[in-house]
Amino acid sequence: MSVFVNAETRLLVQGITGKEGQFHTRQCVDYGTRVVAGVTPGKGGTDMDGIPVFNGVQEAARETGANCSMIFVPPPFAADAIMESLSAGIELIVAITEGIPVLDMMKVKQMLKMSDSRLIGPNCPGIITPGAAKVGIMPAAIHKPGGPIGVVSRSGTLTYEVVFQLTGKDIGQTTCIGIGGDPVNGTNFIDCLAAFENDPETKGIVMVGEIGGRAEEDAAAFIKEKVTKPVVGFVAGLTAPPGRRMGHAGAIISGGSGTAAAKIAALKDAGVHVCENLGYIGEICADVFS
Amino acid sequence: MKIHEFQAKQVFRKYQVPVPEGEVATTPAKAREVAAKMDRFPVVVKAQIHAGGRGKGGGVQLAHSLEEVETHAKAIIGMNLVTHQTGPEGKTVKQVLVEAGVDIEKELYLSLIPDRETASIMVIASQAGGMDIEEVAANTPEKIIKVYVNPLAGIQPFHCRNVCFGLNLPAPVMKEFTNLLKQLYQLFVENDCSLVEINPLVITRDKRVLALDAKMDFDDNAMFRHKDLLEFRDQDEEDPLDVEASKYNLNYINLDGTVGNMVNGAGLAMAVMDTIKLAGAEPANFLDVGGGATAEMVENGFKIILSDSKVKAILINIFGGILRCDVLAKGVVEAARNTKIHVPLVVRMEGTNVEEGRRILAESGLELFTAADMKSAGEIVAKIAAA
Repeated sequence: MSVFVNAETRLLVQGITGKEGQFHTRQCVDYGTRVVAGVTPGKGGTDMDGIPVFNGVQEAARETGANCSMIFVPPPFAADAIMESLSAGIELIVAITEGIPVLDMMKVKQMLKMSDSRLIGPNCPGIITPGAAKVGIMPAAIHKPGGPIGVVSRSGTLTYEVVFQLTGKDIGQTTCIGIGGDPVNGTNFIDCLAAFENDPETKGIVMVGEIGGRAEEDAAAFIKEKVTKPVVGFVAGLTAPPGRRMGHAGAIISGGSGTAAAKIAALKDAGVHVCENLGYIGEICADVFS
Repeated sequence: MKIHEFQAKQVFRKYQVPVPEGEVATTPAKAREVAAKMDRFPVVVKAQIHAGGRGKGGGVQLAHSLEEVETHAKAIIGMNLVTHQTGPEGKTVKQVLVEAGVDIEKELYLSLIPDRETASIMVIASQAGGMDIEEVAANTPEKIIKVYVNPLAGIQPFHCRNVCFGLNLPAPVMKEFTNLLKQLYQLFVENDCSLVEINPLVITRDKRVLALDAKMDFDDNAMFRHKDLLEFRDQDEEDPLDVEASKYNLNYINLDGTVGNMVNGAGLAMAVMDTIKLAGAEPANFLDVGGGATAEMVENGFKIILSDSKVKAILINIFGGILRCDVLAKGVVEAARNTKIHVPLVVRMEGTNVEEGRRILAESGLELFTAADMKSAGEIVAKIAAA
């Protein structure tokens, strides 16, 4: 078992003919993901490594039965690409693109509320169910199939570090989800925590947060009430100065809210095993999940 | 991207948001000229820096004659203005806004910001304008009105009514205020603002609504569709090292510590900073070279770290995903040669092509410390920095 993606996932790639799109599509294919279609407006009728390319998502989904879309479209056109997939009824949309304007994402989010689709990202590494399907840009080799741990994170390379340490301790993963570092995104911590809680194969959860917003606090409240599985937490940005955006558009401490200290306190209060030094997260997980 | 008050007021004028008559001046003589043209007193002379709290720091003065305008302008232009937002080092004032004084009956607060939780544009208003709004929000939250506008539908009359009645506005003012709020909303969405704030927004004795102050910030990610706004950028208001880094597409923030660091990915970069701190040292910067970093970007990152004289040691922590370790290693070797690196360097890398990367570093003849994992990386670099 796994959450959101599995060996049955039929992937469509928006922006498949671009440099990034091509490279990462090949990586996903190599991993065993079933990539069934690509979309690049104006290049319909061609193919990329034998994968048929279409002008639009609706046509691509109709012709190939794609139920998941991965988006590599550049920021000025990315919100449009997400909306196109939403309108075509794609079940899972994974937006890798970094740097989408906030106003665009607010409109996407409002549309999302009115649809049944799920969006992961934007500005995220994607999602991987080790051994079954990779929908994203994460280095596949660091993962270990078979579970029993689910990983959810706001940051890309930080997730790789966590997964690397887990695998180093011989702890496998069910599914690893990067929800992205933008202030307005699709799937949040709570959605992932709920999915992991309901997944019988997932026995424990690692949640990786960072400064800014109140997603970690909301997640802590949810964990306290609804999550019975052990959770290890990490929050990046203890040393981040207020008022400065730390790379991610969403990672900013403003008006005294969104600090790492407050998030850590909330997580601890919810019974989460908080790791304060990232260097030790593998050891702490080995300890907690043993 | 932040802009100055006088620039924000130019944008206001374009959207028919009423502001007092005034003009910017870079010399006392020009300030006098502006005041002479308006030909009425009092006149306000306001320092133009990006930080708030200018009044308390002595950057806003009232003048009752042309002589006084000139005296105040002379005192303010060139002064080092320290406010709670500038930090202790302050900011040098280069220009003043000379503006007609206004007969104030009531001071309000009004702002628009994107609300990440609801994916709406949040209108914040308060009758308790003028003073420290953060204090009002903390101590008397009932005095703050919040109205959420769905960006798909845009601002509706009921939104405006909710703000008007919430502010207890007198009937004659409501129509003008409603127009202002609608215009402000248009301005906000058409320019991809991340903040529009008016504090105070005043009601004058003759029942006009006027934006006495103006603060505006824009979404950096949306600047590709607002080339016209880029001319408002004032690089003197930004940290010179930050400006340098932005030229190379690097995500850099200068901090106070002694351990320089270079990392790929913002979250991992923050975690590395924390690790440095937990090992007993202080990070000198935040530097995210990004997922698609090239050898050249790594080299430029190096140059920026090294130009910070506080730096006593450097930690490079790269988790190779898209950025391959061999590319990084080549960049490090190249940069170390070209920049004549003069501080100890600790490298920890992992991920794609790591063996090749390690080989390149080992064969480079460079004097560097390699760390097997993150925790030892932090410990080694902290020890070096403390020595």
